[in-house]
Amino acid sequence: MSTPATPLWEVFIRSRSGLAHRHVGSVHAADATLAMQAARDVYTRRGEGLSVWIVPSNAIIASDPADKEMMFEPTASKIYRHPTFYEVPDEVGHM
Amino acid sequence: MYSQGLNQSDPSSAHTSPEAARFQARIDAEDKIEPNDWMPEAYRRTLIRQISQHAHSEIVGMLPEGNWITRAPSLRRKAALLAKVQDEGGHGLYLYAAAETLGASREELVDQLLAGKAKYSSIFNYPTLTWADIGAIGWLVDGAAIMNQIPLCRCSFGPYARAMIRVCKEESFHQRQGYEIMLTLCRGTPAQKAMAQDALDRWWWPCLMMFGPPDSASQHSDTSMQWKIKRFTNDGLRQKFIDATVPQGLHLGLAFPDPDMRQNAATGHWEHGAIDWDEFKRVVAGGGFCAAERLEARRKAHDAGAWVRDAAAAHAAKRAARQAANPRIAA
Ligand SMILES: [Fe+2]
Ligand SMILES: [Fe+2]
Repeated sequence: MSTPATPLWEVFIRSRSGLAHRHVGSVHAADATLAMQAARDVYTRRGEGLSVWIVPSNAIIASDPADKEMMFEPTASKIYRHPTFYEVPDEVGHM
Repeated sequence: MYSQGLNQSDPSSAHTSPEAARFQARIDAEDKIEPNDWMPEAYRRTLIRQISQHAHSEIVGMLPEGNWITRAPSLRRKAALLAKVQDEGGHGLYLYAAAETLGASREELVDQLLAGKAKYSSIFNYPTLTWADIGAIGWLVDGAAIMNQIPLCRCSFGPYARAMIRVCKEESFHQRQGYEIMLTLCRGTPAQKAMAQDALDRWWWPCLMMFGPPDSASQHSDTSMQWKIKRFTNDGLRQKFIDATVPQGLHLGLAFPDPDMRQNAATGHWEHGAIDWDEFKRVVAGGGFCAAERLEARRKAHDAGAWVRDAAAAHAAKRAARQAANPRIAA
């Protein structure tokens, strides 16, 4: 009987105080504790982080790249969501 | 992840405890506090109250402007207003989520609003009588909100600070679309310009009140400053707002409804006349012109959405049951 596949975990690191955690990659590990240790060893050997988040890879709900246009293309025509769409004279200062 | 249990150990934490000292030292060093870090219960309570009130303000703030979406004078204005109101809804969601990292539940926070127990910005209890009010709100109300929110981007609580960075990026368009409306009206017919003046007359004082009571009467300032939730005093922010806004109003050719307003030649600051704090207290206490109407609209929306929440929960439960019965079939 073969050993069950080791689960995959996604690793997120906060690089500086106040910043959000950013995805940096994945690790294989048997459980959360080992995943945390592996993430520390693999991704923070040069002071890259202050905090690590580990998430089971199968808990990630990802959008389908094939839906890219359906999901994001409609915002392209909505230029009125941007400040530059509006005319404000320079004299009144930054707004 | 953000379980309250992690931090709940010591609710009565005296300021002298080693944790409290370490906490304050971190804040003094401009370190950010994150949800799972140790924090005094009073810090947590203060933030839940402030962030949820901020969230409620964004949500209730959709109502006065929503009032004009169907009556916007052009498709351009309508698209812009729709996008702005949609943004405000998004701001409310970012903020509720930030409050939830502190262990508050969304349901609890929304219930407090609907029960009339939670405060929100007094400005949204004023009516939007004409189209010019939409211009005045974008220019002045969003302008005041930006003044308040920029320093909050450096607030000591990480999730609140990060939400504010996102919000501030989106606010710029709000203020500019408002100013553009004012500019168009002021370059228009005398009746249109009079409409813009009337809107400024009605919104100016309530906007100054948005910064809260004068420093001499503010209850929360000292601790909030020590905790770096707040960076400037109410009066300090109010002054920044006035200094930025008066030249913009003068450029429009409008007059501010304050006979005592004048520029101090020595400091360059615009000084204002006495603010009617009795009106402020009355409006905050729910005496505003539209207070009952605003809450009624929120309750109606909440009740009307009940079937959607129920249907979504039932559907999710059904899918979970189906998958549990046969894990090999993708739900
Ligand atoms: Fe907003
Ligand atoms: Fe806004």
